[in-house]
Amino acid sequence: MHEASIAQALIETISAEAKKQKGKPVAAKISCGAFSGVNDEALRFAFEAISERTVCKNTKLVIEQKPIQARCKKNGHIYVFDLHKPRCPKCRCEDFELLPDAPLLLEEITFEDK
Amino acid sequence: MRKIKVRRKILIANEEYAAKNRAFLKDRKIPCLNVISSPGSGKTTLLAKTIETLRGKLSIGVIEGDIQTDIDAKRIRKAGAPAHQINTDGACHLSAAQISYAFHKLPVDRLDLIFVENVGNLVCPSTFDLGETDKIAVLSVPEGDDKPAKYPMIFARAAAVLINKIDLLTATDFNIKKVKADISKLNKKTKIFLVSAKTGEGMEQWNKWLIELSNKAKGA
Repeated sequence: MHEASIAQALIETISAEAKKQKGKPVAAKISCGAFSGVNDEALRFAFEAISERTVCKNTKLVIEQKPIQARCKKNGHIYVFDLHKPRCPKCRCEDFELLPDAPLLLEEITFEDK
Repeated sequence: MRKIKVRRKILIANEEYAAKNRAFLKDRKIPCLNVISSPGSGKTTLLAKTIETLRGKLSIGVIEGDIQTDIDAKRIRKAGAPAHQINTDGACHLSAAQISYAFHKLPVDRLDLIFVENVGNLVCPSTFDLGETDKIAVLSVPEGDDKPAKYPMIFARAAAVLINKIDLLTATDFNIKKVKADISKLNKKTKIFLVSAKTGEGMEQWNKWLIELSNKAKGA
């Protein structure tokens, strides 16, 4: 349940931006790498509960999960990594390196028209 | 409606503390290891054994993270090392701010190495940078050999993986070859140690790795 800490940090960031923009955030889009271990349901639940008395109340959360990617060392092909089928889909080799996990990012906020 | 691009890290506040912690450790040339595992893998027993077997060679301090109680800090002190206990009161992971505070509760000027024993949990702690030098994963034999495949996040990020309780290998179907293969697919650089904190088997190689880590931090 680290989603509670993530929701708290997210609400603080959106609230600060809302103050700057002087607007009501209606939607916020975030992205996260698979190794962040973020569960969509848990994050939405925490966000809804924590945002109750903030400007983020009723802000719609859009979550984009980014898969882990591997790069084939032989041909440079980049593909979605699966531990059970780690082979490069092009050359079938297992000589790959994992690319760094995508960070946990607040991508964009949509504000209501004034 | 107006859309505004933000592209900001959500955990930026934690990362700022982590950067401060990293600078604090670098200034003092002390490596810090963030130890992550499920509850019951034997983290505290392993740290206690490490402290005992490195007595006179490496001066170790420990920051203990648990939801409640100071049972672990007491065990560490009994093994002969200074320890500071953090109680998270329900939170499933430690944060960098808690570690910043805890550093000042340890006699850092006379330490060669700091361990942070994170809250027992294979998922959440690996997302929060504490400013540590490296993350260490502990996997114990009774947990089963499927854990790296099921919980890849920590194994992909750990500088070393300790497979603990190897004295129980004959009582289980734990397949070391499979675990090693899974871990190395996720992380080719990680060092794997087979240990039993109970019997002391395998501790020598682990201790040697820690001494090298400390020497490297000191620039020796």
